[in-house]
Amino acid sequence: MAPETLGQIFVNALLANNFVLAMFLGLCPFLGVSGRLSTAFPMGVATSFVMLVASLCAYGLNLLLTQFHLEFLRLISYIVVIASAVQLVEMVLKKFSPGLFRALGIYLPLITTNCAVLGVALFQTAREYSFLQSLAFSFGGGAGFTLALVLMASVRERLELSDVPGVAQGTALSLMLAGLLSLAFMGFAGLGG
Amino acid sequence: MNPQQPERLSMDTFLEGIWRQNPVFVMMLGMCPTLAVTVSAVNALSMGVATAFVLVASALLVSLLRHAVPKEVRIATYIVIIATFVTVVDYAIQAISLALYDALGAFIQLIVVNCIILGRAEAHSSKHPPLVAVTNALGMGAGFTIGLFALGSVREIFGTGTLFGFPLFGPDFQPWVVMVLPPGGFFVLAAWLLLFAWFRRRKERLAALAAGGQQHGA
Repeated sequence: MAPETLGQIFVNALLANNFVLAMFLGLCPFLGVSGRLSTAFPMGVATSFVMLVASLCAYGLNLLLTQFHLEFLRLISYIVVIASAVQLVEMVLKKFSPGLFRALGIYLPLITTNCAVLGVALFQTAREYSFLQSLAFSFGGGAGFTLALVLMASVRERLELSDVPGVAQGTALSLMLAGLLSLAFMGFAGLGG
Repeated sequence: MNPQQPERLSMDTFLEGIWRQNPVFVMMLGMCPTLAVTVSAVNALSMGVATAFVLVASALLVSLLRHAVPKEVRIATYIVIIATFVTVVDYAIQAISLALYDALGAFIQLIVVNCIILGRAEAHSSKHPPLVAVTNALGMGAGFTIGLFALGSVREIFGTGTLFGFPLFGPDFQPWVVMVLPPGGFFVLAAWLLLFAWFRRRKERLAALAAGGQQHGA
């Protein structure tokens, strides 16, 4: 594979291979928190931040583990690092923005089990990205996650006012919407080269 | 969930995961692997079995350790337990079938962050003796596998015209490519949910009608 430029990696992670809509990572918060725009955006930013931290730590950890031939510990050490990063974000939010902290509720600690965060760490390892490439990848992934969350929340806010058949209400409708959004994002395929 | 759950083993402990609290269709947990790997029936089945194994093994260990683990660090402990078993599964699949390993890709390692497993460990295994916990985990694993299979088979039949690799239709069949692409996953799951919602509403309507008829009779 030809070496990708940083811009390509960023655009790929942001649009063409959007984490939520093309790779199905981080669906739980995508369906759970996307009810209101006012919580969707901060959730996206918080997750992006955790992704960035996780990506940096994962890069360092991977170097360390490869050095000592302990690759089988990769998964366990990644998840512990991510859990600590989430704890950090949680404490910062609780201190500086208690209202937001309450609004995000259970979904905040659940960032730990957000596949998108672990996905960033695992994919950058699998694709052997360099330090800067990992940074671009996690940045694009985080921005893409936020974008998908905000789009979904905006559509769902409009939908609250519309008349939907009773059978389709709830999760089924959200999934249909996600499918349509995903279909739209397929149009970006090939953009990242 | 009902806090006064009976401690004893019953058929319901097992069946709960398959029907009433099916992880895929009712609780909507573990959606990421559900949608990502279900492009074919084989992938879906193996993913289901791998997840079920991790679920059962971690349920057993969590249940055995439930008095030894301090409350403050329980989540971290569960995650480390789960990650250990996922690493085992990861290496096992790599050894058994490299083709399957490549098809499932990073999603085997992502079993770690599957909400079902942590959710079961926290909500059920940590409060029940080993036998009950394992039975419940078995049911949940089976329910998850059934859910994945329901998605995977539909997507494979429409997307490539085959089931388990065997062609079902004649050579003139035009595959619906969208089914094996990401949007197809969302659409098929939405369709299953619609079907279940329709059945539920029909049952409620019939029950209401029957109740109304009885009142009129009296």
